[in-house]
Amino acid sequence: MSRQSSMRCALVASVGLLALHSVSAAPVAGAPSELKVAVVAFLSGPASGPFGIPSRNAADVWIEKINREGGIGGVKVVPVFTDEAGPADKVVTEFRRLALDEKVSAVIGYISSANCLAVPPVADELKVLTIESDCGTDRVFEEAKHPYVFRTHAHTVIDGVGAARYVLSLHPEVKTIAGINQDYAWGRDSWEVFQRSMRKLKPDVQVVDAMWPKLFAGEYSAEISKLLVEKPTVVFTSFWGGDLVTFAGQAKARGLFDESVVVVNNTGSDIKDIAPGVLIGSRGPHGIVSPEMEKNPLRKEFITLYRQKYGLAKNDYIAHGAYHFVQALQGLRAAYEKAIKTAGRWPTTEQVAAALEGLEFDTPSGHIVMAIGGGHQAIEPAGYAILKFDPALGVNVFSDIRMFPARCVNPPDGMKSLEWIDRGFPGAQC
Amino acid sequence: MLARARTAIYVALGALVLLVGVPLLVSGWIVFLLTVAGAKALAVLGVVLLLRGKLLTFGHALYYAVGAYAAGMAVKYLAVREALVLLTLSLLAGVAMSAFLGLLVARYRAVYFALLNLAFSMVLYGILLKFYSVTGGTDGLGIAEPTLAGVRLSGSLLRLAMYELTVVLTTLLVYFTYRFFASPTGYTLRAIRDNEVRVEYMGVSVWRAVYVSYVIAGGLAAVAGGLIALSVGHITPDLAFWSQSGEFVFVAVLGGTGSMLAPAVGSVLFEFVRNYAFELSPYTWQMTLGIVLLLIIFFLPGGVWSLTTLAWRRAGR
Amino acid sequence: MRLLLVVALDGLTYASWLFLVSAGLTFTYGVLRVLNLAHGNLYALGAYLGATLVLRYAATGSVPALAYGLLFLAAVVIGLVFGPLIERGFLRRVYSRDEEVQLLLTFSISLILEDVVKLVWGVNPIFADMPYSYLGRVRLGGVNYAWYPFLLTAIALAIGVLLWLVVTRTRLGKVLASVITDREVSLTLGINVPRVYTWAFTAGAVLAALGGALTAPMFSLAPGVGAEVLVTSFAVIAIGGLGSIGGAALGALIVGLARSAAVYFFPELDLFAIYLIMALVLLFRPQGFFGEIEVRRI
Repeated sequence: MSRQSSMRCALVASVGLLALHSVSAAPVAGAPSELKVAVVAFLSGPASGPFGIPSRNAADVWIEKINREGGIGGVKVVPVFTDEAGPADKVVTEFRRLALDEKVSAVIGYISSANCLAVPPVADELKVLTIESDCGTDRVFEEAKHPYVFRTHAHTVIDGVGAARYVLSLHPEVKTIAGINQDYAWGRDSWEVFQRSMRKLKPDVQVVDAMWPKLFAGEYSAEISKLLVEKPTVVFTSFWGGDLVTFAGQAKARGLFDESVVVVNNTGSDIKDIAPGVLIGSRGPHGIVSPEMEKNPLRKEFITLYRQKYGLAKNDYIAHGAYHFVQALQGLRAAYEKAIKTAGRWPTTEQVAAALEGLEFDTPSGHIVMAIGGGHQAIEPAGYAILKFDPALGVNVFSDIRMFPARCVNPPDGMKSLEWIDRGFPGAQC
Repeated sequence: MLARARTAIYVALGALVLLVGVPLLVSGWIVFLLTVAGAKALAVLGVVLLLRGKLLTFGHALYYAVGAYAAGMAVKYLAVREALVLLTLSLLAGVAMSAFLGLLVARYRAVYFALLNLAFSMVLYGILLKFYSVTGGTDGLGIAEPTLAGVRLSGSLLRLAMYELTVVLTTLLVYFTYRFFASPTGYTLRAIRDNEVRVEYMGVSVWRAVYVSYVIAGGLAAVAGGLIALSVGHITPDLAFWSQSGEFVFVAVLGGTGSMLAPAVGSVLFEFVRNYAFELSPYTWQMTLGIVLLLIIFFLPGGVWSLTTLAWRRAGR
Repeated sequence: MRLLLVVALDGLTYASWLFLVSAGLTFTYGVLRVLNLAHGNLYALGAYLGATLVLRYAATGSVPALAYGLLFLAAVVIGLVFGPLIERGFLRRVYSRDEEVQLLLTFSISLILEDVVKLVWGVNPIFADMPYSYLGRVRLGGVNYAWYPFLLTAIALAIGVLLWLVVTRTRLGKVLASVITDREVSLTLGINVPRVYTWAFTAGAVLAALGGALTAPMFSLAPGVGAEVLVTSFAVIAIGGLGSIGGAALGALIVGLARSAAVYFFPELDLFAIYLIMALVLLFRPQGFFGEIEVRRI
């Protein structure tokens, strides 16, 4: 080709590309210059290591990815990272500041159940779209309606029901169970769901003990001695973080794992320190997934992005909080896109909320359905495994993985969790 | 005569600024922050009151929690919705508790006084946490929007109303405490700080002065708790935890014990600094508090309030 | 019967833990009449440093037995660094002021140290359990026990006896007693009271850090561990009597056994046990079991 014609080719090509680019990036009518999203997690305090920081980091890398792909509706997402730590009055003041001062369009976050219960009335009052991202309590939508509040991950019912089903699948002859849980709402709720599920699924099971050490007690020799004396078939615990590592370490050293099956309903800690041999759940299909789920391209992408920016252990393990925050962002994006399509212009908060209700969307944790709580609460499958040490990798890994479908471990819409269990899990599809 | 007129003008101006000016000029969240600061100032006032008698307590959050939960439980179990009634219930609960515990605590001083109050507050924390089905445990208790003097408000109007209520109540109670200090019991308290033994030798009952002060301090903190419960709408057992007591002590020292207005100043300052410092650096937030406290101990022992008295003196009054 | 043995053993190991953790606090109070609110942080620093040293050492694959020495080393380092720093740098300047001010000073130091720990070691939990698991287990009363807590019991006894010997049998002990009884008269006798104060505070700091370092292998360290320990130590020494080592031992024993009994027979009381005991003891015997009634100076 002659120089002139090749240059003309290049010119036409670039004009064409430019036209294509501007067509696909045509801004939505009424779109703001940026979309401010508050990301609230524990950045300090004991929950920051196991949950808060991984969640914040995950939101960070995922928002970068969203922006690389053009943002939400063509608008760049700007995160406002906020520390969740502090008493309820501080959390609520902070929420008001984010809404009225920073003027965020949406808030995602909240790991503590207490905050997940404190924030919704304020969110409704200020009309700010809020997606709660890692708390366990089932009370949020079971006790009241909140038009502006959503939760894109499952609540704690899946942990207890999943644990019960998993334990029975591996040890159908369970005779006695004991619980050791931190004496606060999470511990109480977790134990309640587990022990009721066990007694429903195998009515002759006996509860021999329920112990309630205080949060961060750090010293469990008396409790472990008692368990060694009682020798229950199964020991259930909802410990997390440092308490979990301590308990598992002390229990293993004293041979509790040889006498009883120990099951933990969450992996809220870097699993490298937890003594192998426990049965463990990861609050949904996050750390523990089936082989097909491992092939999920979004999941692979998330792990790669997280590893590139923040580093990961050889087992690719990321805390479930991190996955939950990404689910919230995916839900937010999907809701905005649907609302934009419906409205034909930049949507109001109410339109986005309407779009998010009952929505289904894809995430690194699989396909999420906002199925219960009037369309405001997501359901997820539960995954359980045995923690084993892999000498080749030099880290703990999951083996004997079993997934329980979402409809197997979540109550149907409109029914409270405990009621559903007591009635014998009506409508469960396992 | 002139002095009284001048005071009246100051009060009227202050009222105008606080009640009308502030809400008009600043954002809604700052109004909320001031509501919280104003409520907590009452608890700090209780701590300052006791400090004036040389009594340091590390368990004042006990009464703060009592007031909050009295309001919360009344809303949940007695279906009371009127704010004024709820606050009265908080006050009564707080005074009842401090009247009872005061009997046990009033003969202690110094470290033992601090520790015994701490122990009681942690027992309450344990109770609130444990009786999960009644108190909601660590999930906390949600409190429905209250009515004010029978009027049902919501949204930003309710926030404004709560702000105004807090300002009015805080002012009234600060004035009440000021009058208490001008009373014989108040003077006895001051004398106890200087030399307790001499007060006894004078034939004045030290125990009675301490007891009365303790009961009043408890009542003040309980009203604070009630206001917080109504404004924030969600209460947790953390309200009784020793770190909350520690915060009250910190603010008391920050503001200074020189005046009944100092706790309010300290409290507002603290809330603002806390909100912004947390944003800037959650890992050095406590270090900042510690350094500030050190600076006050060494360079400004009278707290921030002493800056105003310095300025006053400079202005030649 | 077997159950009682188990309760007793668990009570004993918990009591040893409590004693190790509180001895420093009561010692400092005994000599300086200052309740060191930074005690929990010194504990945490000792624990974190001890854990770090053990983890580094374990990675080199050398003789495990020497790791125990590292724990003592960590405690001594922390005590020698922070003891004089806090006492001479800050506390000394407020001796002439009210006791409340001294409490507030140690409170502010504790706030600062809390963040220092976070800045140096981060927020992720650290678990250096090699010294704990290395010693293996023993079967007593039909139940497996780890040896390590019994090692701590032996160390706790040794420290208790050592302190008692120093206070009653050595010249240093007599000097301490003199300073405790009357500071001014001691000065006139030619005792270098400021130096005694610094050394006493440092010894208390070493004890606090030692409590931390020795108990670190038993549990996962996370931010906030110091605060928990502080409040527990208060309760123990308040029960035993502020300033009394024997009192701390007795207080530790009472709380240890009570908690152990609670776990077995009244699990719901676990949360309160320590504070209830503290409140009860203080109400009926305000100075604790072995505390001294302070004579008021007019």
